[in-house]
Amino acid sequence: MSLKAFHIFFILVSIVFAAGLSAWAFKTGASDALGFVSGASSLLLLVYGMAFLRKARSIIT
Amino acid sequence: MFSRIFKYLPFFSDAEVPYTVAARPDTGLYNAKLGIWLFLASEVMLFGGLFSAYIFLRIGAEPGYWPSGLLNVPVGTANTAVLIASSVTVVLAWAALKMRQLAKYKFYMAITILCGVFFLAVKLSYEWPAKFNHFGVFVRQSAASKYDEFLGNKHLSETGQAPRWEISGHLLDAPKGSPYADQAHHNAEHFAHETHRHDAVTEADDDYVIQLDPVNADPDSKENDRPHFLPRPLSSKLAVIKAADVESASTFAPRHSTYFATYFLITGLHGLHVLGGILVFLYLWLPIKGGTKLYQSNPEHLANRVEIAGLFWHFVDLVWIFVFPIFYLL
Repeated sequence: MSLKAFHIFFILVSIVFAAGLSAWAFKTGASDALGFVSGASSLLLLVYGMAFLRKARSIIT
Repeated sequence: MFSRIFKYLPFFSDAEVPYTVAARPDTGLYNAKLGIWLFLASEVMLFGGLFSAYIFLRIGAEPGYWPSGLLNVPVGTANTAVLIASSVTVVLAWAALKMRQLAKYKFYMAITILCGVFFLAVKLSYEWPAKFNHFGVFVRQSAASKYDEFLGNKHLSETGQAPRWEISGHLLDAPKGSPYADQAHHNAEHFAHETHRHDAVTEADDDYVIQLDPVNADPDSKENDRPHFLPRPLSSKLAVIKAADVESASTFAPRHSTYFATYFLITGLHGLHVLGGILVFLYLWLPIKGGTKLYQSNPEHLANRVEIAGLFWHFVDLVWIFVFPIFYLL
């Protein structure tokens, strides 16, 4: 597995982690702000992952 | 004698190391990539064993003896974000090398190194020392009713929660001969300076005096029934506990409980991996023979080295993504 493939896997795990953190923050009532920020981070990572996939295809073999 | 030994070690000799750039025909990979995946497989077994130990210790813990909410969640969250960002920058550094942009490579690699240093600095200069100055006393179950105003076990029982046996906070006075006497004396002076109160030290030689955490200061409060993202400050309330009623007493160090033993073992081992990654990145970043000087003669070889280091770094970051929730959140 190349670094490119491992990075995509890592970003997928990070998306799940950020979404889980958001769910934890809302469900336990620990902090709504953390819930919103980690939820937004999850979306941001998703956007980054898709952009990385698109761009990496052309520059890294 | 050393020259005889060194001639078999390619790192110290001019011997040509095969398949550093091109893929080896029988494996389809360059040698270092096969090597790093074999190494990472052994790392999975190492951390997998430790995580398994954590799960079994947690499942087997007596009710009330597995603490939660003791770690600083904002700091842990920030450190997680820093590590995720460093994984992005190391890939950008690798991509820059692939596109033969040395200046960009140096820039992204420098950010990656700084992220690693930041992570370690926070852990070693803030998170761990804060734990070493926090103190917990596990009260004997037979004497727990005497301290229910700090434990709140009636409330916990009524609400169907696990009992609490620990009273924690800052130690202000310790029994005579305790190894924590100096720490208690220092904390008591600080307490007196901050609050102008001088009741932190008792006449008795067998008392622990603790400036309480909010969870023990007001144990019946519903606020304690949920986790808190931001750490809550210590209360000004004090608890006096007789040494005879104490089952065990310790700072939040590995000897405190299996929770902190596994926490320090796993985060310590992880920290060593972060340090190792930083050193390798520094080697690849500096203008030395195996570092950016290699770019002049064989840029693809340097790119492969960065890819290998990047794979290791991603693994280390992945481990942290599992460490953070199990210790900080659950």
